[in-house]
Amino acid sequence: MPLAPPITDLEQLKGHPAIALLLAWNPAVVEGAKFDRDEMSIYVERSSLREACTLLRDDPGCPFNYLSDVTCVDWYPSEPRFEVIYHLLSISKKERVRLKVRLASDSPAVESVTSVWPSANFFEREVFDLFGIRFTGHPYLRRIQMPEEWEGHPLRKDYPVEGYR
Amino acid sequence: MAHLTPTPVLEPVQDRTMILNMGPQHPSTHGVLRVILEIDGENVVRIMPDIGYLHTGIEKTCEAKFYQQVVPLTDRIDYLCPMTNNLCYVLAVEKLLGLEIPPKAQWLRVLLNELTRINSHLVWLGTHAMDIGALTVFLYCFREREDVLRLFEAVSGQRMMTSYFRIGGVALEPPLGFFDRVRKFANRFPSKVDEYENLLTNNPIWMMRTKGVARITAEDAIALGASGPTLRGSGVDIDLRRDMPYSGYENFKFKVPVAQEGDVFARYICRVQELRESIGIVQQALDGMPQGPIKADAPKVVLPDREKMKTQMEALIYHFKIITEGFAVPAGEVYQAVESPRGEMGYYVVSDGTAKPYRVHMRSACLANLQLLQKMCEGRLIADVVAAIGSIDIVLGEIDR
Repeated sequence: MPLAPPITDLEQLKGHPAIALLLAWNPAVVEGAKFDRDEMSIYVERSSLREACTLLRDDPGCPFNYLSDVTCVDWYPSEPRFEVIYHLLSISKKERVRLKVRLASDSPAVESVTSVWPSANFFEREVFDLFGIRFTGHPYLRRIQMPEEWEGHPLRKDYPVEGYR
Repeated sequence: MAHLTPTPVLEPVQDRTMILNMGPQHPSTHGVLRVILEIDGENVVRIMPDIGYLHTGIEKTCEAKFYQQVVPLTDRIDYLCPMTNNLCYVLAVEKLLGLEIPPKAQWLRVLLNELTRINSHLVWLGTHAMDIGALTVFLYCFREREDVLRLFEAVSGQRMMTSYFRIGGVALEPPLGFFDRVRKFANRFPSKVDEYENLLTNNPIWMMRTKGVARITAEDAIALGASGPTLRGSGVDIDLRRDMPYSGYENFKFKVPVAQEGDVFARYICRVQELRESIGIVQQALDGMPQGPIKADAPKVVLPDREKMKTQMEALIYHFKIITEGFAVPAGEVYQAVESPRGEMGYYVVSDGTAKPYRVHMRSACLANLQLLQKMCEGRLIADVVAAIGSIDIVLGEIDR
């Protein structure tokens, strides 16, 4: 199966339930979308992430009620540097969607989704620990994998693989 | 994470409660899980898991390796189900590459995955029963686990860190007589599951220790990110093998055991039923094993056969190129999830078009399942904490990575 080129045109993708829902709510929320290798990614505007997540969770047509994963990618040195990535699953419709938020390198922060899905607690703590992204409104934002006194955030690209010596 | 600071992360909220530290060196925490309990007498008020004692930075290491060199690292994440992790990673990279996998390789992968599930569930059952006090079951389970490990050794040369799957197929043809050995095991195994059930399922002590203990509702389980048998034990009918099939699982018929009670016993029943379903899938895979190649026809990605390297210049060149330079993967990103014995194991692989992955992230089922502990244990006895930890089947290597 040869790879099909990704579709990034929002006009073609607006039939997808998640995109249609977000566009109907507020067109400014959707910064872009990509359909690549059978997977849908939606770029969401940073300040409305939590509301967008609540909307997707409570959508009666295709409820994305399960948060599979939260992670982050560091695109150092380009800007905006960080992409925080949320993988959502609809248990009833067996449908996945990926939400992405772009964050600039100076004091990267995004609203926590722990109030939408309590499961985000450990995932967000891990992203905070390893990438240094602040999740505002998180109930207990402390390091989870690294020791409390550790300096730096190991999964950032400017952090050497063998650590600082 | 508080390796270096001995102070507890929890402070007692009332005068009458005290803080109790359990682990990281505690036999019933299955590795190096530290649990900090706030207790009122023998009742648990709050419980906080403290993890990170096994953090080895595998995600960071992956970024410095070629794509094919990551496969052995994925074994080390979850040492009880290495094949499941191998499979999830190679499926993700194959999806990035757009590779088509020959049917025999797919069926072999399914066969070995189900044997891995049996292996993992046997270790879970043995240790979980031992935690609660049924010591004999452990010996029974490890007897059959030894058989599975011998099968792994036959097919891959390794008992635990198998690394048998390759991007584009599997490493080698299984040895002569391998399928007969698997069939013998598959014929014998259901009666062994009966033995375990005879020891436990209707045992009044077992029922008293597990029924109604560490109960969790379906809503809470979904909200807290549970998956796998932990979620199905609460009555949510989802199994990625059936609902979002991968690697040819759509060709197999099997039931997905679901229990409604959401307690330790329900999760036990789900997993024991899964043992029986898994052996059914193994039987089907043996019966219908297709003939043909075990590697995809993609010389730039798949290492050539040893024989060809000795006779063909092209094969030698491809081998040299793959070993020294790796192979470039088209830019993009993929999230591949599989149903591991513990739940939804997901690999998120990002490629920037070079021969090394830009980012590999593992979605750990155990990390999410561990968040259920608070809801399961509050107001219950300390002894139930041990049963609850056992029932969510954690592997710390996967949680900490």
